[in-house]
Amino acid sequence: MENNLLFSLAPWAVLLPVFGLLLNLVFGKRLGEKGIGLIASLATGLAFLVSVLLAIALSRHPEATVVPLADWITVGQLNLAWAFRVDTLSVTMMLAVTGVGTLIHVYATGYMHKDVRHQGDPGSYRRFFVYFNLFIVAMLLLVSANNYLMLFVGWEGVGLCSYLLIGFWFNKGAEGIGNARAAKKAFVVNRIGDFGLLIAIFLLFWNFGTLEFDGIFAAAAKAAPALVLVITLFMLLGVTGKSAQLPLYVWLPDAMAGPTPVSALIHAATMVTAGVYLIARSSPLYIQVPAAQMTVAWVGALTALFAATIAVGQYDIKKVLAYSTISQLGFMVAAVGMGAYVAGMFHLVTHAFFKALLFLAAGSVIMGMEHGEEQSAHGRAPGDAHSLDPQDMRNMGGLQGRMRTTFWVYLAGALALSGIAPLSGFFSKDEILAAAFRNMPVLFILLLAAAFLTAFYMGRQIFMVFFGKARSAAAEQAHESPPVITVPLIILAVLSVVGGALNLPGVHSLGHWLEGSLAHTPTVEFIAGVALLSLAVALAGLFLAWMVYGQRRMPFKDTDPLARSLGGLFTAVYNKWWVDELYQAVILRPYQQLSDLLARTVDMGWIDGTVNGLGSAARSFAGQLRRLENGYVRSYALTIFLGVVAIMAYLFFR
Amino acid sequence: MIPIDYFVGLSVLMFVVGIAGVLLRRNALVVFMSLELILNAANLLFVAFAAYYELLAGQLFVFFVMTVAAAEVAVGLALIVEIFRAKKSIDVDQMSSMKG
Repeated sequence: MENNLLFSLAPWAVLLPVFGLLLNLVFGKRLGEKGIGLIASLATGLAFLVSVLLAIALSRHPEATVVPLADWITVGQLNLAWAFRVDTLSVTMMLAVTGVGTLIHVYATGYMHKDVRHQGDPGSYRRFFVYFNLFIVAMLLLVSANNYLMLFVGWEGVGLCSYLLIGFWFNKGAEGIGNARAAKKAFVVNRIGDFGLLIAIFLLFWNFGTLEFDGIFAAAAKAAPALVLVITLFMLLGVTGKSAQLPLYVWLPDAMAGPTPVSALIHAATMVTAGVYLIARSSPLYIQVPAAQMTVAWVGALTALFAATIAVGQYDIKKVLAYSTISQLGFMVAAVGMGAYVAGMFHLVTHAFFKALLFLAAGSVIMGMEHGEEQSAHGRAPGDAHSLDPQDMRNMGGLQGRMRTTFWVYLAGALALSGIAPLSGFFSKDEILAAAFRNMPVLFILLLAAAFLTAFYMGRQIFMVFFGKARSAAAEQAHESPPVITVPLIILAVLSVVGGALNLPGVHSLGHWLEGSLAHTPTVEFIAGVALLSLAVALAGLFLAWMVYGQRRMPFKDTDPLARSLGGLFTAVYNKWWVDELYQAVILRPYQQLSDLLARTVDMGWIDGTVNGLGSAARSFAGQLRRLENGYVRSYALTIFLGVVAIMAYLFFR
Repeated sequence: MIPIDYFVGLSVLMFVVGIAGVLLRRNALVVFMSLELILNAANLLFVAFAAYYELLAGQLFVFFVMTVAAAEVAVGLALIVEIFRAKKSIDVDQMSSMKG
């Protein structure tokens, strides 16, 4: 009885952020920054509370419960409702989204306070938190939906928020439209993926006559394998768009144009994991077709390695993290592709902790650098053209002494990401590697190489940013961020360190928890050899980073030591393997030429010509007719008379 | 007894004169008078045939026509007076400001 009451709270997880954003939208101007931040954080925090209550209810009653809210579409046989599916999978996602989301909201109240002043537009503070709450709403809709269409609403909603927040400073960036261009790129690339998901949903409805999860999974068990294969592959296209996998990952690095809390919340911790969630949610479909599973696993593993190589050659502190995110998403996708859904979800949660932490800490570093820049540029006009990029790691160095808290939490996040035992990343990544070792040894090697590079580029980043000597005046003047920034960082750091406890080998608490919704997945057994190997690889990566970047102090504005030893290879990864240029040449330019051709000849030539021709023909004909209306009453009378005569003649002589 | 042909002939004559007056004359009053001529040509035929066939319906109809004609004249003359006030002329060709 009490449980039913708790389950019926599910819609409030979505409604509370809705109220939050409406309050800020309507009264935000009068509330001031404190009020806006409080309302937005409180709304997300209360949604987290609701998720916790749902989790408590689920721990007593682990079966999936559907909480209907309202009818939506009722046409003939089709009956779609706004209904929330409360099961262990969705609640795990809700906890991660709202939990990490709340911390990032609190952080953002402090970060955006500075950022809106740095960008010279304090009025945008409210806009930011309205978008932020809207994102939480859409994300919760996505993960708590009970049918594919509602999921799609959330899916598009998070895409919209991503677009709005990447282009938050839409008049900034290269040539004044750089950020807007990045937002547009993210939107368009995601649209390609969404097309795939939409086709998958159409096929599901066309063949099974329903969009509800349970109905589809029951019907799909009897469906032709070829059909399920097509559906799952189209769904995979959607996943590659939203979760930034090969070949559609190109938007995520550009998405770093958004403010740092956005990168942390949307482009690291939550939205980009939606694809992993989608595959886990659709696992009954994927399990039926091994070919689709294998494709997913290959896409994930290749992405993991490919993105990791690019991350090695980046100088922008956020770009490194962006490619790292793509790489880690590759790990997750590979895991769910191999059927290791628990491992994928486990890595999703721990990654949400440590990647959010890393991004937020990077934001703290950037803020420190901007502060230092303002200090050292004293005397120059404020808002002067920035001679120095506060995100370029070559300008940093030696920050560990000046930003102690940030340094320690960054270190915790970096070690967790690198997979150093006993931090959270070690356990989750190891579970994926163990699954790969069992199922697909080739992928195991790819993923192990990616893990090595992960440790290497994180070590590189740590040594470039925090060790050695300051390489710019700004880095010398950088100072620690206020507690509103550092407290969420410390909480996230603690989570990153102990997050592995969620699913310790042998205990498998997360695995047992997810059994309620992913009953058909085997638990991945711990393999000591694989664990030791992955740990050794991670340590080797960090050691190599120390050899290259830590041992010898990197002098001011020196070229990357790696560039000298790797030569052309480094140039290639620095230029991201020229993938953007390749897309530009192979897809974008022909596409633009085709649209240009269509616009000029077909649209402006044929279609406009036909329409304009019809219009001018009617006009000239009317011009001729006009002369008949000469205004002389007598001529009208004559016309009538002649008409009467004609009619009479006809009647007479017919 | 005057043969019916004479009535028909006179009526046709009146009708043609009326049509010609409407189409050819420019003075609005004359146009009006010509219109009356057309109506009366029709009236004449009505009464002539009514007498010929010894039916009352035709004679009855003439009264309707005369009533309508009277009403028409009342409206028409009022219009002509207003037009004259505005244009200082009752030439129908002057009233062509509605041309296309």
